[in-house]
Amino acid sequence: MNGADAIVNSLVNEGVEYVFGYPGVAICPFYDSILQTDIRTVLIRQEQCAAHAASGYARITGKVGVAVVTSGPGATNLITGIATAFMDSIPMVCITGQVNSQMMGSDVFQEADISGACESFVKYSYIIRNPADIPRVMKEAFHIAGTGRKGPVLIDVPVDVQNMPVRHYAYPETVNLRTYKPTVAGHAVQIKKVIAQLERAKRPIICVGGGVHLSGAAQEVLKFIDKNDIPVVSTMMGLSAIPTEHPLFYGMVGNNGKPYGNLAMNGADMVIMVGARVADRSITDPDRISESKVLVHIDVDPAEIGKNAGPTIPLVGDIRHVFEEFNKMELHADYTDWIDRLDGYKDDARNAKRRRMYEREDAIRTQRRVFHGVNPPEFIRNLSLAMKEDAVYVADVGQNQMWSCSNYIARKGRFMTSGGMGTMGYALPAALGVKIGAPEKQVVAVCGDGGFQMTMQELATAVQYGIPVKLVVLKNTVLGLVRQFQHYNYKDRYSVIQLGDKPDLFLIAQAYGIRYLKIENNEQAADGIAAFLEKDEATILEVTVDPDELC
Amino acid sequence: MKRIYSILVENRAGVLCKTAGLFWRRCFNIDSITVGETDDRDVSSMVIVSSGDERTLEQIEKQLNKKLDVIKVKTFDESESINRELLLVKVRYNRSNRHDIIDNCQIMGAQIVDMSRNQMMIQMCDTPERVSIFMDTLKSVSIVEITRTGVLAMTKCNEPG
Repeated sequence: MNGADAIVNSLVNEGVEYVFGYPGVAICPFYDSILQTDIRTVLIRQEQCAAHAASGYARITGKVGVAVVTSGPGATNLITGIATAFMDSIPMVCITGQVNSQMMGSDVFQEADISGACESFVKYSYIIRNPADIPRVMKEAFHIAGTGRKGPVLIDVPVDVQNMPVRHYAYPETVNLRTYKPTVAGHAVQIKKVIAQLERAKRPIICVGGGVHLSGAAQEVLKFIDKNDIPVVSTMMGLSAIPTEHPLFYGMVGNNGKPYGNLAMNGADMVIMVGARVADRSITDPDRISESKVLVHIDVDPAEIGKNAGPTIPLVGDIRHVFEEFNKMELHADYTDWIDRLDGYKDDARNAKRRRMYEREDAIRTQRRVFHGVNPPEFIRNLSLAMKEDAVYVADVGQNQMWSCSNYIARKGRFMTSGGMGTMGYALPAALGVKIGAPEKQVVAVCGDGGFQMTMQELATAVQYGIPVKLVVLKNTVLGLVRQFQHYNYKDRYSVIQLGDKPDLFLIAQAYGIRYLKIENNEQAADGIAAFLEKDEATILEVTVDPDELC
Repeated sequence: MKRIYSILVENRAGVLCKTAGLFWRRCFNIDSITVGETDDRDVSSMVIVSSGDERTLEQIEKQLNKKLDVIKVKTFDESESINRELLLVKVRYNRSNRHDIIDNCQIMGAQIVDMSRNQMMIQMCDTPERVSIFMDTLKSVSIVEITRTGVLAMTKCNEPG
């Protein structure tokens, strides 16, 4: 057995089923060794997408995603994918080949100091110099990636280490890391404090973030909300944890969220942040949030608590565990008045169709032109309603992301996007990973024509491996969100935002042998969506959107 | 505000870089940093002095604790600990200021550890404040070279933790 065999065996021991990657000389021993196992490999078309695919896979399966690439450019291409996963706390093990350990540090062909380069956005990184360390390092890496606040772990393996003999391979059963013992159980006193505070509160609100998905706590949170009639809002990363039409759900908060969601946050006298970073996109002026309200912050990462806003009651622990404890306790409180008030906010804004039409007409009036193409918010709403109930919706980044997150109707499905990093081109490769991880589910990726062109090469991966991902391209021929920013902040002085109307998506679809459909206006939308979703087959749906649309 | 972080870390390759990198990435100040061995071969000791507002100083501690190479973080203020810094300074002297320099060294407890016909090297080990006071006494002297180690610190005896 050599080092590469030891790595591959470790993957088998970890129950890894899929490896996303791209080989090269420095990782060839690994890719040779993996042929002996049942682990399936997916040859992605650019390394960044290996990490995104592993991310999608991890998010839907709850397992640790694995990406394996070669040294130098293979490794550096992976960086954006690793950083994207780090920002959204996605569990992932990334293995990079490295040049011969005797040559390291001398700038030989395809050498890159990848562990140095990635230091600030991996949870931990290893350079393996002794093949005997492989089983321990692999065990630790999967443990670190998948526990506590999850995240990517990088393992850099020089090619000669992969070829060195490993005499005694034994995969450790346990991990012994004196420096890493994440808190799972919430502190009992703090838990009681939260419940006691809830009994005192008149206007409490729970704000769920991405951590609710990561700890698999959605059911427990929902149970707690239903049992005690507590209103709830969500950050973008927390979307789909609570069904959109749930009577106690008051939408997404933040600068792209629902007005009534933000009103609910502002009007509350007690805010319970659950697995959310209290980051700049969702909470404006986090410093002041605790001035007028009791802030409870529940997170598995103690460093998140107090980072952006000082909580009144900090509660470190795994969210599912904490809510299991909450659900065991009796809470005597009545928030009917508060809920009535929130419903009032909701009703005010509820006639969404009229409001949207009004905004659209307003825009037409001020810009003195007629919009062509579909009405994006209406399209997203109808698309998400036409999708299967438990379908997965992967949103890209840009205007399309804003339309997606504020109009997607969650039922039993999942909403995913690159929230922290805002990485354009995330949707397609991530959706491939999702579909591989959950082949029984309908998976729809929605992107703009900018993001699409960043990772469109992965259509080849979808075709080659028969991964029936559905892709919506909202085509407006501009970088819409930048255009919108320049519209508001630079008085329509547009700079470097024109994408042009190429490529012709019909010809792209034809080139890859993928089914193609097009929706040019609202009238075609219903039939187009139905045709798009009807077969479990990779399909591109081109949707015409006016470049002047604002989100 | 100033705070001292006494950190025990795993003695592994790159650990200094990883720990110092955290300060860089999170925009925390490093006023001084010292690294050395401990009685345990697998453990190194770092003393980092940083400054910032209360929240920043708390974040530093939390982020350090999050690092997988960090075994233990102790934080304390200067008043709670014995702090020492080593100074080496090479100065040029002449007949007229030679005695003044030697006097100052005697008063402040610094030692002359090397000497040539026109240069002398002075060593001083004391608190950072006293080292700075001593540096002030050398203002009128032509300084050839200076190096200071940064602070080594340890909590006072019989203090809990």
